[in-house]
Amino acid sequence: MTDLSANQPRSGGSLYTTDARTRRRNAAEKRFRLYGMIAVGIGVAFVVTLLSVILVNGSRGFQQSFITLPVYLDPAKLDKKGERKLEDIKKVSTFGYSPLIDDALAKMLAEREIDGVFEKPKEYRALLSASAAAQVRDSVLADPGLIGETVEFRLLASSRVDGYLKGRVTRESIARDKNISVEHLDLADAMRAAGILEKSFNWGFITGADASESRPEQAGMGVSMLGSLFMMLVVLGLSLPIGVAASIYLEEFAPKNRFTDLIEVNISNLAAVPSIVFGILGLAVFIQFAHLPQSAPLVGGLVLTLMTLPTIIISTRAALKAVPPSIRDAALGVGASKMQSVFHHVLPLAMPGILTGTIIGLAQALGETAPLLLIGMVGYIASNYPDGIASGFLDPNSAMPAQIYEWAKRADPAYYERAWGGIIILLLFLMTMNIIAILLRRRFERRW
Amino acid sequence: MPVLWLILVVIALGVAGYLLGRGRALGSAGGDLRRLHSLPSYYGANAFLWTVVPALLLLAAWLLAQPLVIDNRVSGLIPDEIIEEGSSRSLVMSDVRRVAEGLDLAVKEGALSAEEAGALTTEDTDIRALLGEVGVALGAEVRPEVLNAAQRYRALGNTGRWTMTGLVLALSLGGLGFAWSRSDKDFRARNTVESSVKALLILASTIAILTTLGIVLSLIFNTVEFFRLYPALDFFTGLTWSPSFGGGSELGILPLLWGTLYISLIALLVAVPIGLFAAIYLSEYATPHVRAIAKPMLEVLAGIPTIVYGLFALLTVGPLLVSVFGQGGLLGVGWMQGGTAVMTAGLVMGVMLIPFVSSLSDDIINAVPQAMRDGSLGLGATKSETVKQVVLPAALPGIVGAILLAASRAIGETMIVVLGAGAAAKLSLNPFEAMTTVTAKIVSQLTGDADFASPEALVAFALGMTLFVITLGLNVFALYIVRKYREQYE
Repeated sequence: MTDLSANQPRSGGSLYTTDARTRRRNAAEKRFRLYGMIAVGIGVAFVVTLLSVILVNGSRGFQQSFITLPVYLDPAKLDKKGERKLEDIKKVSTFGYSPLIDDALAKMLAEREIDGVFEKPKEYRALLSASAAAQVRDSVLADPGLIGETVEFRLLASSRVDGYLKGRVTRESIARDKNISVEHLDLADAMRAAGILEKSFNWGFITGADASESRPEQAGMGVSMLGSLFMMLVVLGLSLPIGVAASIYLEEFAPKNRFTDLIEVNISNLAAVPSIVFGILGLAVFIQFAHLPQSAPLVGGLVLTLMTLPTIIISTRAALKAVPPSIRDAALGVGASKMQSVFHHVLPLAMPGILTGTIIGLAQALGETAPLLLIGMVGYIASNYPDGIASGFLDPNSAMPAQIYEWAKRADPAYYERAWGGIIILLLFLMTMNIIAILLRRRFERRW
Repeated sequence: MPVLWLILVVIALGVAGYLLGRGRALGSAGGDLRRLHSLPSYYGANAFLWTVVPALLLLAAWLLAQPLVIDNRVSGLIPDEIIEEGSSRSLVMSDVRRVAEGLDLAVKEGALSAEEAGALTTEDTDIRALLGEVGVALGAEVRPEVLNAAQRYRALGNTGRWTMTGLVLALSLGGLGFAWSRSDKDFRARNTVESSVKALLILASTIAILTTLGIVLSLIFNTVEFFRLYPALDFFTGLTWSPSFGGGSELGILPLLWGTLYISLIALLVAVPIGLFAAIYLSEYATPHVRAIAKPMLEVLAGIPTIVYGLFALLTVGPLLVSVFGQGGLLGVGWMQGGTAVMTAGLVMGVMLIPFVSSLSDDIINAVPQAMRDGSLGLGATKSETVKQVVLPAALPGIVGAILLAASRAIGETMIVVLGAGAAAKLSLNPFEAMTTVTAKIVSQLTGDADFASPEALVAFALGMTLFVITLGLNVFALYIVRKYREQYE
């Protein structure tokens, strides 16, 4: 029986004791598995890090320091003629209001006996935002009857003081800062103890407009949110009907020929074209050629529509494909035309899938920045609210991601804080949209 | 907004047409639905389409053509001698357009009456100050020729608008009448309506072609314009990138391409191993429970907008890297000068690409038939040996395709490099140095107040063209590989 002995394993050990080679192979197996776990772990760790960095840095943007200050609105300065005519009052610029506020601040600090730090009232000004005078002036213009009275205002603290309260600005970091001194920070501590200076939730950040580079404490996302909203209306209004129509044609009617092949190739390639190229397209076609207004949400919406169409078409086609052919056959069998079978039966059944795809496409468009930079939706343009629907579409505006980019560019820690805060708002919108998409899919998805 | 009103009127006419057409068809059948060829609503829809579609098509064509025709006729009014040195006809024309718009605005806001606006002369009124009051700022005093051209522009525009309104309404009413006269019980309304709906569907699907065409044409025209001002050879082979808007700039693409490729390479070095191993683990090893949690977690990374990654690179990763590799950092090597660097942008871009690589490879690995795994396991191979020697070789073309797609994504990425990579164009091997990319330079050359006709602005189109060609090539190649692979198992 030589054959049998030839088939014997070379090492004569038992199966229960693992030999060196098996051990090596098992170790390799374990290592390989570990690599995979590490890779997944790193990925998940990145997600967690990214989200926590955003949360930690951004939550500060939602807090703002305010100084509560009773200001005596001196009629001798604000309305010299004493007639309370709006034209006369309008002539006094914010420079006329600043001394009043300085005096009020000095007076109040004297009452609380925390004064004496500075000789001139003007030197207290660094505590307050440069927007304070404008705020007081606006409320006087809104109600001229206030002149001559002492009115309590809740004024924004300057960004340095705000940063000091939040821990962004320290006594060491302001050593070479011309705008504020250590005495101001001491004063801020005292005012905080006296309850004049306090931190509270910052509604102005959510509803407000962009502000100039020197007053980050005043800047808000409100106007750029409206810009994004008008853009999304354009995107939704154009890309949903066009995308659905194109998918219906390609999926239900298109014959297999060169023309439809060309369309298909184009759609799959457009889906992978870098977004900045769509910005170039928008600049060249909509602005240079068609003379549409620059920086308008309408143009931004058009560019983003072209960019999201491939996404919407691809998901709509998948949804249409998922409707079984028996539905179409049954409709045709009872005498419906091809068009009726599609519009009356297939399309309603595919609608949840189509809407899910559309929402995901919209979310993608909402976060897109690069094409907007090229059509001019950056800069200080998000500083005025649109007057109405038409001006919402046509007046220069920014969008949420472009506003965040603008703030990131300003190289000021106070603006970085705003940028992170803006990201939280943007991500909240994206998360809501994605959750709606997931719920839609869960609720209406059918397995055929 | 007269155009909006016109559209609304046409649509209202269409609704009236719907009711009339439907009513007439029903009437011709004596109210008996069974004697109609189509359902009544199809007769209505037929009348609606006839009323609205031709009129709106005419409106669109007119709105596109009118400015071109008027520009053409008005620019003939401008004598050559008033076009200054260094200026051009198109610049003077844009002045003319601004003056005309300003005058219209002044009339609308009541600063001028319509007759006054028509009788303005440059001698009697300071037109620049007048227009400044209504918020139209002009760069220089208005010359009589420009004012004259602007008045002509307004007059032509007015006639054009009135003619357009008349013609559109006439066409709309004509369509309504025609459709109404045809609404009869024997008329095949459904077939007509369905074929026009089909035409609309075809029109919608050609938008994809039009978009591509728009991209290609706008890139080509401006690129050709650029190469007329700047030699193509210098652009493609130049080693220096130093644009200066005063003139005499050197616009060589090579430093930008190098920055782009270097950053993409680092991004892929991060994303490919992590993404691939994650995909292998999730598809071959993970329990359904782990998979259900980890896969959506990774895909969160894909849903985060790129501006967020850009800010993350600029404010978190950059300073972190400086504190390790910078002067007086943890390692004390001093390789890194500032937070923006190839490494910063590359690392963050790598994170962004992880879900891209992992979900594509996951799909591809899952498409490998189970029988192949079973065969290998049955011969006594361990799981990792099966993956390495059977599954991966079978999935290789697809994975290569996925990596190529990720590379094209990395090359076209803008916001991360704009914020994280820096602005200096350099040819250097040090990954801790700031470099810049094609996309970042497209942004910086086209934002700002540059004159669109200068080579410094037009170069952005040539850069865009290069970017478009590279990414398109990568995509086509990747899709080709992926498709070819898929055919093997189906």
